Amino acid sequence: MKAKHRTVVLAAILAVLALTSAPGDRALAVKPDEMLADAAMEARARAISKGLRCLVCQNQSIDDSDAGLARDLRVLVRQRLKAGDSDEAVFRFVVDRYGDFVLLKPPMKPVTYILWFGPLLILLGAMATLVFFFVRRRGTRITASPTLSEDDRRRLEALLGEDEDERGER
Amino acid sequence: MRLVYVIPLVVFATVAAAFGVGLTLKPNVVPSALIDKPVPEFTLAGLPGDGVESGKGFSSADLTGRVSIVNVFASWCFPCRVEHPLLMRLARNPKVRIFGLNYKDRPEDARAWLKELGNPYDRIGVDRDGRIAIDWGVYGVPETFIIDAEGRIRYKHVGPITPSDLDEIIVPIIERLSE
Repeated sequence: MKAKHRTVVLAAILAVLALTSAPGDRALAVKPDEMLADAAMEARARAISKGLRCLVCQNQSIDDSDAGLARDLRVLVRQRLKAGDSDEAVFRFVVDRYGDFVLLKPPMKPVTYILWFGPLLILLGAMATLVFFFVRRRGTRITASPTLSEDDRRRLEALLGEDEDERGER
Repeated sequence: MRLVYVIPLVVFATVAAAFGVGLTLKPNVVPSALIDKPVPEFTLAGLPGDGVESGKGFSSADLTGRVSIVNVFASWCFPCRVEHPLLMRLARNPKVRIFGLNYKDRPEDARAWLKELGNPYDRIGVDRDGRIAIDWGVYGVPETFIIDAEGRIRYKHVGPITPSDLDEIIVPIIERLSE
């Protein structure tokens, strides 16, 4: 019991530490000397950098990465913005050199349709299959219980009667 | 057997085949966006004292007229040392000129490296800050580009060249482009 208490307290302390030391205290990959004086432009640069993949580490954005190339690209993004490029123009500049893979959010175009719509197609296919099977099963139940015609009812009664007779004999 | 019972098997086989193919892909090799495009516009200063064409650099204009190789290298890059003997071998092939893009390197280190291992390059361009390499879509060293006589990038190899890469991929492409 005492050990359990200690575990709970420890978990609580760790949770508090994790919450309080979250993003603010984390060391930034973006160094102060890279940042632009213009706060609005710096914010745009940060937003663009978050959407660009660091090709050295691949699952980090250049905004998160300490790789040399990520730094070079961050500086380049800021240079392009200072030169008056729009956000789209900056993205295009990088994509022209590194291809669509550099975008963390894949673009919508014919070759990526299967990527964007594939999951939806699988879901729709699964739902269609389910509906198909349920409808078919209900269908068979309906045809299996028609209303009895007068003839059928008489036959049924006769058969049931036979059964009772048999039981009676025993 | 009814057809419905075959469906799960077909679905499984399809997914397994897709994953099987996926396992053979190299996730660290990003296909170049520049294939079949003209080389980017650039001019690189030479490496004085490299002993080749008196340390002249090269520019986009030098990459036309004949099939060329542009090899991105640095003295601090260990895989470059691994592929270096193969570049020396390729340098003896008269059908191709080899250009070295010295990436983020100190000129004195690059010179010492070439002196120790030999110089396979017809020309060397120094890219101190790596800015020109970005125009080439370089994301690591070494990388090797094959450029046709019209100055278009036709092939990119990421990482060190192995003997089989050279004999089965690179040299055949050079042969084909030289025809």
